[in-house]
Formats: sequence, structure tokens, C-alpha cells
Amino acid sequence: MSEPPGAAVSLAEAPPTADTPSKPFAAQRVLPLRRPGRWIATAVVLVLVAQFVHGLTTNSFYQWDRFGYWFLRPTILDGLLITLEVAAYSAVLGLLGGILLALARLSKSPVLRAVSWTYVWALRSIPLIVVLLFLYNFSALYKTLSVGVPFGPAFFSFDESKLATDMAVAVIGLSLNEAAYAAEVVRGGILSVDQGQHEAAAALGLPKSYQFTRIVFPQALRSITPNYVNQLIGLIKSTSLVFYVSLLDLFGTAQSMGSTYPGDIVPLLLVSTVWYLILTSVVSVIQFYVERYYARGATRSLPPTPLQKLRTGLRDLRERARREAAV
Amino acid sequence: MTAKTLERLTDIAPAAVEVHDVHKWYGTHRVLDGIDLTVRPGEVTVILGPSGSGKSTLLRVINHLEKPEIGYVSINGEPVGVKRQGDRLKELSERAILAQRGRIGFVFQNFNLFPHLTVLDNVAAAPVATGRLSRPEARELARELLGRVGLADRTGAYPRQLSGGQQQRVAIARALALRPGVILFDEPTSALDPELVGEVLAVIKDLATSGTTLVIVTHEIGFAREIADRVVFIDGGKIVEQGPPSEILDKPRHERTRDFLSKVL
Repeated sequence: MSEPPGAAVSLAEAPPTADTPSKPFAAQRVLPLRRPGRWIATAVVLVLVAQFVHGLTTNSFYQWDRFGYWFLRPTILDGLLITLEVAAYSAVLGLLGGILLALARLSKSPVLRAVSWTYVWALRSIPLIVVLLFLYNFSALYKTLSVGVPFGPAFFSFDESKLATDMAVAVIGLSLNEAAYAAEVVRGGILSVDQGQHEAAAALGLPKSYQFTRIVFPQALRSITPNYVNQLIGLIKSTSLVFYVSLLDLFGTAQSMGSTYPGDIVPLLLVSTVWYLILTSVVSVIQFYVERYYARGATRSLPPTPLQKLRTGLRDLRERARREAAV
Repeated sequence: MTAKTLERLTDIAPAAVEVHDVHKWYGTHRVLDGIDLTVRPGEVTVILGPSGSGKSTLLRVINHLEKPEIGYVSINGEPVGVKRQGDRLKELSERAILAQRGRIGFVFQNFNLFPHLTVLDNVAAAPVATGRLSRPEARELARELLGRVGLADRTGAYPRQLSGGQQQRVAIARALALRPGVILFDEPTSALDPELVGEVLAVIKDLATSGTTLVIVTHEIGFAREIADRVVFIDGGKIVEQGPPSEILDKPRHERTRDFLSKVL
């Protein structure tokens, strides 16, 4: 170097010493901040998780061999089928009832509004188990059901003892309860649609039914979906109450098998737990894709599916590795 | 594009609009206080007025989005939302009102496009839903109209993927899809960034020169001067004065008009 020592030198030419970097700052990666607290917390949680898993696998109390024996037994699967049937019928009927109740609540007729409000108020106040037991004993209260003019002639009548199978009682009870909650979910969804949408549909002269089914409701579904799925998961678990109206669902089967084989109560409860976990997981996966479908147009680009996330994640990782190698 | 669709496009007969002594109030607040207005077929009318003067309400009364308390509007002599029964006016059924709205286009300040439908379906929806065209016909018409507003390449996009100016042009194409005899514009450029206003005004100007009856509420005085056949100045729910733009905008007779123009110009 031609300059005498001590003269000002540019950073780029400076020799690597303790306080002058070997490269210009702009070309360097910033050193990430160390976060020891985060590492400690992670370690503690990992230890706790390991203990839990260890206990779950090694504690003989759980009797995993008996779990394996029961998990796919036909009697358990029959119970599972009942659970699925009750849940599916009640989910559909409950949602339909909820839509009708929500429309009544939003109508201009004060009578419809009052009836809808009262229904929701009553059914949300009464515990589901009480509704089910009421219906179960219903045939004792009313021997026949008839359709006709109040206080006047009847057009049709049904013998109630034939109509009220255990399955019907369970589905009706759960649907009545579900409809009350679904009504509020649907009403909330409809209210979340911008008033301008109603006006634009009206200004174009779209028929009333088209306005609801094609313009308002599809937009409402975006906010209805997560709330209704929440409801649905609650419903799947509530189906365990149908045991009390002598319907042997998944939980009911596990319970009755447990009283026949008292030593197997814990593995049987585990069997039903795992099945409920599976059902909820399936519903959550479906929820993701339904929500994604109704997000069309609401967001500029759709949220990625797990597969797409994995792909972009791998690509990012590869690019990062390449950058690191280059630096 | 087939000759049939072309015919359908150009076959828009401009309508006459008559507003007969319309009063509208919310509670005790009088929004419209006896409005009489006649718009001849093919005429371009610009409504000016300070905010809260009732100009948007008047526009919404014309297509019966708001019901007037007294008075009525007629399009080509046919009352909107009501019918004459003896010497009384009787409210029409909702279905009949919806059918009438098909003859009156309306363009909103905030576009109000249907966000869950593509641009093409936004435009094609109404002719299909009202049973005027089959789906393929409606889509063909929609493509044609979107081409006319300069958006032929965005048919598959969703509204929120477009700029405000593009969205408003889609909204105009959507209003045109029903071949309305009159199109009402409620401050069509007020929600737009300044650099996007021009593209929307250009489309409206194109409509004005093609002979469609237009009623436009706007604050764009320069635009009013350029395209209006008539300017109507409203204040306090009443028409203060009306006439050709050269009169109203350059030599206003009323103090209130002068006052308003001095503020917006």
C-alpha cells in the first residue's frame, strides 16, 4: 500500500482486523439474534411431551393390546355407524331448520320474527339431554299425532308409537337443538354480507329466490362455514347422549361392552376417543377445502393447500441452501 | 359475434323518465320535497347539489330502491313500482317491481360487483336469471360488452383482482347487459383514485354519444359541462334551477347555485 500508516483507508481495502470487517457490510448477512429463552422453553415442552408419550405407551393401565382387540370389532363399528347416521341426519336437518329460522328471523313479518326468536331462545335454554328424554317419553304424552286445523278436524293422524323409533327420537332431538344454534350461525352469515350486494341484486331485478341462493347465501357461507363446522363438531360429540334414549352409538356400545367386560373399560373408552378424534379430523379437512372454495373472489389469491405449502416449503429450503452455498 | 347478438346490443330504445311531484322523508327529515323532472329519450342529465341535498335519493327513487311517500316516477309513461287503479296509485308486487328494474340500469358509487362471481358471470348473471337469454347467449353478450368497456382480457378475473376503475367499468357492462332504456349513475367516480377517473368517464361518454338516456349524479363539473344536455341543481330536496350546462354552470341565476359552484370549481 502506498499510503502511510494511519491515513484514512476505505473500508473495502482495509485489512481484516477486529473492528473492520473483511467484506463490505452490504455484502454480508446479518447475524441472527440468539434467543436462549426460546430454546429453554422448547426443551421443557419436549421433555413433558416425551413423558406423556412414555406414560401412554408403557403404562399397563391403558391395555393397548385390548385397544387393538376392540378397535375394529364389528359391534364397535356398528356403533360408529349409528353415530355417523345420527350426526349426518341431524347436521343436514339442523342446518335446513337453521336456514328457515334465520330467514324467519330476518323477515319483515313480526310474527315470524317472534316465533323464530322464541324457538331459538327456548331450545338454547333447554339442555339437549332433557330434550331427548322429553321426546323419548313423548309417545306417553300424546298417543297420536295429527295434522289438521287446530281445535278442528284432523286430516292425517299417525300412531306415535310406530313413528317414534329410537333413531327418530335421537335425530329429531338433535336436529331441534342443532337448528336453534345453526339459526344464529346462518343469521350471522347473512348479516355479514354487505348491504350493497342486496341493493345491486335488487337493482338488476334478479328474482328474489335467485338473489338469496346465488348472490347472498354463497357469500354468507364464507362466514357460516367455520362457525357451522364448530357446531358440527359439537354435534358429533353430542351424539354420545343418544345412549340415554337406548340407541347404541359409538359411546353407547363402548359403555355397554364395558359393563359386560369390566376389565376393558379403559381400552374401550380409548377406542371411542380415537374414533371421535378421527371423525373430527375428517371434518376439519373437509372444512379446509370448503372454506377454500368459498374464498374464491373474497381474497386475491386462494390460501395454499397443504400439498402446495409442502412444495413451496421444499423449494424455499432448496433455494436457501443454494444461497448459503454461494455465500 | 353473431348478427343476432349485435342486433340485441344496438336495439336499445332510449327511454323517457318523468318524476312527478316526488316527496320522500325519513322520520321528520324531508329528503325530497316535491321534485318534478322530465328527461327526454336520449337526453343526458347531470344532477348536481351539495351533499345531503337529496340527489342520490332521487336517483334511488327513480328505480324504486326507495319508495316515495308521495308522487311517482314513470319510465316511458309507465309508473315504476306502482300502478294506476281508478284514481289511486297501488303498490306493485315485488316480482313486478323486479321486472321493471330490468329496464333501468343502475351504477353504484361503490360498484357493488358480486365478489364471488367472475367478471364474465357478473355481467352474464342478470340476463340469465331474468330469463331473457340462455347461458351461452348471455356469456357471448357479456364478452361483447366487456370488450366495449375495454376489459375483454379480464373476463376470468374476480372483481377484487381488478382496480377500482376496472371494477366500475365491469359494473357499467353489467348494467348494460339488460339493455336498459335509461342508466342511472350514482357518483360513479367518487370512490376512485384520481388517475382512474378518466377511464370510467370515457366509457360513460361513449354511452352518452350512443344515444342512451343517462341520469348522472356527479361532482365532476368539467365532465358535466362536456357531456350534459341538461344540468339540474338540487338543494334541500328541491330543484333550484335546471337548464343547459352553459346556463347553469356559467351563468347561474340563483345564489345557492353560485355558492355551490364556487366551492367545487
